[in-house]
Amino acid sequence: MRRGLRIARVLLSTQYALMLEYRAEIALWSLSGVVPLLMLGLWSQSEAGQALGLGATGLSRYFLAAFVVRQFTVVWVIHAFEEDALQGRLSPLLLQPLQPLWRYVAAHLAEQLTRLPFLAAIVAVVMLVHPQAAWWPSPGALLLTALFTWLGFAVNFLLQTSITMLCFWSERASALDRLLFFPYLALSGLLAPLEAFPPGVRSLALATPFAYQVAIPARLLAGEPVAIGPALAVLGAWLALLLPLCLILWRAGVRRYGAMGA
Amino acid sequence: MAMISVEGLSKTYRVANKQPGLVGTLRHALRRQTTDVAAVADVSFRIEPGEMVGFLGGNGAGKTTTLKMLSGLIHPSAGRVEVAGHTPQRRQAPFLRQITLVMGQKQQLLWDLPPRDSLLLNAAVYGIDDREAERRIGELAAMLELGDELNRPVRKLSLGERMKAELLAALLHRPAVLFLDEPTLGLDVNAQARVRQFLAEYNQRFGATVLLTSHYMADITALCPRVLLIHQGRLFYDGSLAALSARLAPCREVRLELTTILPASSLERFGTIEALEGRTVRLLIRRDQLTARVGELLAALPVADLEVRDPPIDELIGTLLQQGVIG
Repeated sequence: MRRGLRIARVLLSTQYALMLEYRAEIALWSLSGVVPLLMLGLWSQSEAGQALGLGATGLSRYFLAAFVVRQFTVVWVIHAFEEDALQGRLSPLLLQPLQPLWRYVAAHLAEQLTRLPFLAAIVAVVMLVHPQAAWWPSPGALLLTALFTWLGFAVNFLLQTSITMLCFWSERASALDRLLFFPYLALSGLLAPLEAFPPGVRSLALATPFAYQVAIPARLLAGEPVAIGPALAVLGAWLALLLPLCLILWRAGVRRYGAMGA
Repeated sequence: MAMISVEGLSKTYRVANKQPGLVGTLRHALRRQTTDVAAVADVSFRIEPGEMVGFLGGNGAGKTTTLKMLSGLIHPSAGRVEVAGHTPQRRQAPFLRQITLVMGQKQQLLWDLPPRDSLLLNAAVYGIDDREAERRIGELAAMLELGDELNRPVRKLSLGERMKAELLAALLHRPAVLFLDEPTLGLDVNAQARVRQFLAEYNQRFGATVLLTSHYMADITALCPRVLLIHQGRLFYDGSLAALSARLAPCREVRLELTTILPASSLERFGTIEALEGRTVRLLIRRDQLTARVGELLAALPVADLEVRDPPIDELIGTLLQQGVIG
């Protein structure tokens, strides 16, 4: 336990130092996630907020919250892992007594930490431009948002990692990740709150991992009601499915590993 | 009990066959054809604790594939391997704590951070406490003549400094078995000598078992009393370096840059002409006659530059196989 905590501390601080070296790139990544802010600009001119029962203010807050939570659920492990596998950088990691995937987890967390100042600056600007979107969430809402955002990230990480394991079979597994992009775009709540969906599509979205990467934590942050129990049950089910799947694929994959480029 | 025990080790890769051109591309897309290529075939040897063994062979001979199997990075297709009492491909933590694999062209250090960050991370991963880690870093850095370089980003280090820092990172957990794949590749002569000296010191101080591949005969002669010679995946020789040297490299290559072009007839008396291109000449001269012959040719020929070196291992092995000296 003590060793695990020390590894976590050193791994996170090292990855944070590394991410700070790429701060300009990370600032641009933060900016590239502005789709919810564009939606905020588009939807704020319409009566949609009233029609959806959120009101104009509620809708603005939802999109701003979606922008914020999305910054913490983005996963790029497939691209980093694929490059490491192709360049031979995975080999030394496989020869250390630490599951290599922990390094990618730490890299994601460190990158999220690096995004924070840029995120705060963007949020401040949006609040100045759209004063109706400005609010301060309650401590309870913040805690629940943090919990669901982290769970959403964990599910997304495991989902992408499962596809990432195909790197052991294919040199270009990252292309498969694009298959997830359209369901994510359609069902995550990035383009519209789930209230805008027909009931059947909304139920489908809530059964997928995608709604938990944007819509559900965004609703919590915006102070909108969320059915916590069912949401936790769905997240738990996805975690229970994806974690063993990842481990099985990992074991099968490393048997096939040819140490390409290494 | 042997530290490394290998019996009938084989590794076969499946390689795609694609004919060139559009027809070949379409045929490959519709019906992929593959061939099984034996990278390592039925290799057996044992290495005792504390031994330093050189692993010789040309490009694609199977040296690196064997090292990858011994370190557990890839699974053998057939055969049995045991390293420090463990089956490598299981990659269990007690095994990983006892070994290291250093690849001259690959790095484990984080490129944009100083080596010290990677070292402290390795210390945490291997469960070495901070004080002990600092002591080991100091000890190994002194042996490698590393100082402030540990605090500069890896990308700012020279190739030699980087290799030394890589070695430090690979040895911080004080492994009992070192697999070294071309650790001096691309280094200048001084850096090569420093790395060799360090490896010899490490072996003596910690009794580590070392299996070393190198394209440079100088690495092998300086470090390894015993050598394994592999060619096309098969082990052709396992024995003392001295016995192999007599067969493998009875000659040294002397490369001359002349100030004028000379005919072959005026060069033949100094040794076997390997190549003659304009003013550049490559001669093979027997080791026991080298000093005398070089003295003679310097006195007799208009020499602008002279270099004495071992012929490339690939060429030598090819020649010896052709002559039936080995195999």
